[in-house]
Amino acid sequence: MASPAAAPHRDTDVLLSVCGVSMTFPDGTHALDDVTLDVRQGEFVTIVGPSGCGKSTVLRIASGLLAGATGAWELADDNLGYVFQDATLLPWRTVQRNVELFCELHGVPAKERTERASEAIDLVGLGGFEQSYPRRLSGGMLMRASLARSLVLHPKLFFFDEPFGALDEITRERLNEELLRLFLLERFGALFITHSISEAVFLSTRVLVMSSRPGRIVGEYEVPFAYPRSDDLRFEPEFAELCGRISHALRDAHR
Amino acid sequence: MAPSARRRPLETAGPVGVFALFIGFWYFMSYVGMSEGRRFLVPAPHVVLNRSFFGIGSAAETTPAVRSTMFKGLLLSAQVAAVGLLIAILLGMALAVLMSRARWIERSLYPYAVALQAIPVLAFVPLIGSFFDFNFRSRVIVCVIIALFPIIANTLFGLVSVDAGMHDLFTLHGASGRDRLWRLQFPAALPSIFTGLRISAGLSVIGAIVGDFFFRQGDAGIGRLIDVYRARNQTPEMFGAVILSALLGIAVFWLFGLLSRRAIGRWHETTGQR
Ligand SMILES: Nc1ncnc2c1ncn2[C@@H]1O[C@H](COP(=O)(O)OP(=O)(O)OP(=O)(O)O)[C@@H](O)[C@H]1O
Ligand SMILES: [Mg+2]
Repeated sequence: MASPAAAPHRDTDVLLSVCGVSMTFPDGTHALDDVTLDVRQGEFVTIVGPSGCGKSTVLRIASGLLAGATGAWELADDNLGYVFQDATLLPWRTVQRNVELFCELHGVPAKERTERASEAIDLVGLGGFEQSYPRRLSGGMLMRASLARSLVLHPKLFFFDEPFGALDEITRERLNEELLRLFLLERFGALFITHSISEAVFLSTRVLVMSSRPGRIVGEYEVPFAYPRSDDLRFEPEFAELCGRISHALRDAHR
Repeated sequence: MAPSARRRPLETAGPVGVFALFIGFWYFMSYVGMSEGRRFLVPAPHVVLNRSFFGIGSAAETTPAVRSTMFKGLLLSAQVAAVGLLIAILLGMALAVLMSRARWIERSLYPYAVALQAIPVLAFVPLIGSFFDFNFRSRVIVCVIIALFPIIANTLFGLVSVDAGMHDLFTLHGASGRDRLWRLQFPAALPSIFTGLRISAGLSVIGAIVGDFFFRQGDAGIGRLIDVYRARNQTPEMFGAVILSALLGIAVFWLFGLLSRRAIGRWHETTGQR
């Protein structure tokens, strides 16, 4: 685990560093206790932990959505992709117009906006649904649209807060593979949150285990499998073995 | 979307049946409920329509004048309602936007908006007359007062109850207050705004009729005609005027339903057919 002492070692490829962050909400809820982690270029870091342990809170603090934490954190770049569990598409906009949203907010000219959106929509496999409204899309398609919306800005770092949590197993596994394809293609760093250990292991270069509230990082697991990873990986004994170890750690963290 | 094309028989038969029952009840009240001598109090539907609009047979002489007076009155009342509603919409939405900008503005203004709703407007009406006049202007003001609250309340509700996750998106991308209002809050509030519009549109018609009862200078609106025919014991004509005012209300309600489906039906679930 990285510690504050390792700070001088920090170099240009660190996309996110979180150092000794604690958070107590105004109502007295002690959510985070001395959380330290970082995400480097080319890394896919996943946090698993019991429900309510403060995983989302870490992302919200680091992204600047939540104020009031103590400690130090730094994003290398303001351009951050952030995908929530709910797709949070604007229901009054078509897929195309939803994907254009961030470009609009950043003042990208209309023509370029349209091109970039079309490109991102194709990239997530939603071609042909540009003019559909969100209420016509399935859960999986909504997540694809949500991904495309962040991809248009080509961020170097992505936060994913349980993006596939509400999807069925098959859809989730399909999207895992597609996410890895995008990860290799776009070469972003990722900080991912999930409750599914197999999802965590399948996607990540590194898995962090968080304790129940107040959340602390209590375990760190390097995932040794090379990319690109195929679905068959899920059936390898080493995969199952690593999942088992993380599962144990998680069970301890629950106490 | 498709069900409108392939309506089940009951969907049309139901309302038509209820309407037939209503007409039947009306005839029943007229011919069975009233004695011969008192029948003029509840004239039968065909008598009402003939005396007010068609003018066949014995009504041929009086009806044309009655009809043109009534349609003029209807037009005038529709104008009052339309102008009143338009002012209520502009004023109400502006106030709601203002209140959504800051908590303290909301806290300062909202109680008065509620008061406007809670105080019986009829109590205000004589005051309005003495401040302004007893004509068009005052009738419009009554409309505005009656129609304002639902616009404010529904617009404000829509603006402030936007999903927190969507707000987060805009925060993450450093959206300006303007962008947040026009690209997020306002479109998100549209379904709620249209609910308010439909209610207020109906109320503006009521306002126009009520204003008519009180402000008797200038040309007569349909409300005043109702009163005049009542005073002169011209019951069929009075019923005719009531029917016209009801049709005005229905037309306005229908119009706003249509507008609402046009504006948000494509993405909003509850405006389509069930
Ligand atoms: N605004 C707030 N005020 C008070 N307490 C809060 C607030 N937001 C979150 N909490 C509490 O902080 C704790 C951590 O919340 P957080 O949403 O980060 O958990 P999580 O690990 O993401 O949980 P889940 O896996 O269920 O999404 C929870 O106990 C939650 O109740
Ligand atoms: Mg969470």
